[in-house]
Amino acid sequence: MKKDIILAGVGGQGILSIAATIGMAAVNKGLYLKQAEVHGMSQRGGDVQSNLRLSDKPIASDLIPKGGVDIILSVEPMESLRYLPMLSPNGWLITNTAPHINIPNYPDLEELKAEIARIPNHFMLDADQVAKDLEARRSANMVMLGAASPYLDIEIEALEKAIRDLFLRKGEEIVDQNLKAFHKGREMSQASGTVL
Amino acid sequence: MHKLMLLGDEAIAQGGIDAGMSGIYAYPGTPSTEITEYVIKSKEAKAKGIRAGWSANEKTAMEAALGMSYAGKRAMVCMKHVGLNVAADAFVNSAITGANGGLIIVAADDPSMHSSQNEQDSRFFGKFAMMPIFEPSSQQESYDMVHEAFELSEKMRIPVLMRITTRLAHSRSGIAQKPQREQNPVQIPSDPRQFILLPANARRNYKKLLANQPAFEEASEKASFNEIIPGEDHSLGIIACGLAYNYLMENYPDRVVPHPVLKIGQYPIPPKQVREMYESCDSLMVLEDGYPFVEEMLRGFMNNGKTIHGRLDGSIPRDGELNPNIVGIALGMKIQEGNPIPDIVAPRPPSLCKGCPHIYSYNSLNEALSVYTKGRVFSDIGCYTLGALQPFDAINTCVDMGASITMAKGAADAGYTPAVAVIGDSTFTHSGITGLIDCVNDKSPVTIVILDNGTTAMTGGQDSSATGKIEDICQGCGVEKEHIHVINPIQKYHEENLALMKKEIEYTGVSVIIPRRECLVTLASKLRSKKAANPVE
Repeated sequence: MKKDIILAGVGGQGILSIAATIGMAAVNKGLYLKQAEVHGMSQRGGDVQSNLRLSDKPIASDLIPKGGVDIILSVEPMESLRYLPMLSPNGWLITNTAPHINIPNYPDLEELKAEIARIPNHFMLDADQVAKDLEARRSANMVMLGAASPYLDIEIEALEKAIRDLFLRKGEEIVDQNLKAFHKGREMSQASGTVL
Repeated sequence: MHKLMLLGDEAIAQGGIDAGMSGIYAYPGTPSTEITEYVIKSKEAKAKGIRAGWSANEKTAMEAALGMSYAGKRAMVCMKHVGLNVAADAFVNSAITGANGGLIIVAADDPSMHSSQNEQDSRFFGKFAMMPIFEPSSQQESYDMVHEAFELSEKMRIPVLMRITTRLAHSRSGIAQKPQREQNPVQIPSDPRQFILLPANARRNYKKLLANQPAFEEASEKASFNEIIPGEDHSLGIIACGLAYNYLMENYPDRVVPHPVLKIGQYPIPPKQVREMYESCDSLMVLEDGYPFVEEMLRGFMNNGKTIHGRLDGSIPRDGELNPNIVGIALGMKIQEGNPIPDIVAPRPPSLCKGCPHIYSYNSLNEALSVYTKGRVFSDIGCYTLGALQPFDAINTCVDMGASITMAKGAADAGYTPAVAVIGDSTFTHSGITGLIDCVNDKSPVTIVILDNGTTAMTGGQDSSATGKIEDICQGCGVEKEHIHVINPIQKYHEENLALMKKEIEYTGVSVIIPRRECLVTLASKLRSKKAANPVE
């Protein structure tokens, strides 16, 4: 088993909580993991990504080679496209469509969606809206994790446990909100019919 | 076996905690910050009484760590690569004094300049000081090397440099821990002259350092971190330093390289193994992140030996961080790229946070300076360097920690007045105070804006040495009290703030304006932890 994932977003959007959840579930399963993060200046509203690598064999590089990415999981639509050179021909692009607009020349959203739709394997959803509807505003990232979960090769129970463990110190209510968001994202992803 | 999931930085920190370290000193700097931060937050370190905290700058940190070594205890000092420039005086001389308790200097380099002003390679500094250097290739090695480095430091009585790069510092992986080692008792050096670098002693110590070089080489030859992995095809031998080894292996899915490989993790480079590679292979390729440090040594000035491939012959780009693809291309492999980035994707540079106090300060400063020609704002290193970008376009220089004040002074000395310096609170106590004294002594016509957000914001909100002291420091340095002003950087007070800025910019002596409002990121994080502590409220 090998999964090379790029988590994409904008500094401050909290992609590392997704990385931490997948990472915890993978490690509990006994998988090897390497996860490269971005700290420092880019965290101030710039584009950020994390290279998350899981494997049942020891992993060499902290960085994923070009064309080797199995999943681009993005919490922002424009950012999902920034890493296309990394995506394998059979890879999946899974992205939130709620834009994070902090630059004056942000492109037209419909054009962005059209560009995303050109990727053979893609799934997009407005995770911000989904989280809002669930009254779990801060859980859009877990909606996205849920949407990606059918492609991860990690049992749902392991991911649920990781979410519980990770948010435990923030209280039961936050744990429940995040689990709810996760399940909704997973459900929508499966309902889209693209998952075999 | 249970493994800890740690960043490279954190693995070094945990290594220190487990290897009997008694203190860690640092000034925050990407990508080194998380080492010290981890020890500060560690309950285990607290229980063991390990001293952990932020110093005013890298030089004071280096000296304090050297003092702890003098007292017989194991100490670590951490900095980003350019921080080693600041600490250089103490660092280079520490090789002449030698160590007593084990002393590790960690320098985190930033090839590709993700968060830095240059991509200098700290291995040159280690060689310059004639110290052993450790360069881990993985998080586990980062952890293990701390133990080895302390041992070597005490055995050879020499401080050792540990060099890492951004990618390892900020990448997470599993770590297996070693048994815990007790801290050393206090014990001052048996030779009372060891740390007195009077010329007579320094000459004696320096000869000793020179005489120890073969022993350092021998240690490298015996080190488990330096290893030749045999390969069939001797048309090429590959020397891979630190992280570059992983990029090499990534190109061979079964992890078998057809050529002999020398993996280097400890310096000076091991003469025996390097010679063996050179003699048994028709040509060599050197893979190293940073400068062509090993490559240059192997080539020599004449470059009249066997062919050496690397950054100097164009096999690998001369600048920038390595990755698996760059190494693959150098080895003649075909890279299968995905689709190109669509044109619709716009660059998204970092920017000041919404509501950041610096936004108000820059807008007001621009307004106050609008009557003058452009190009008179000298700035510094921190979040506020982003004032160089649109829509602010508010600063004209950013060079090194503290340079705002002194460069403004130099420009003013040249007759370009008014000259304005913009510096953050933490940068001010790091390296701004001495420059301020120069200004006061010369009565230079400069206006110094100290943006006080109460934290070291860029690196993630570490305590600032300046908090609560700035006015007193300025006054103590001799700035006249009536020319030191604290302002509240919000629109509500704009009229009086602007008038004050204009007045002080016109003043032909040293004036200091301190816009003071807490960093929003720090404030939000404080409120969050308060809420977590008192969930009922």
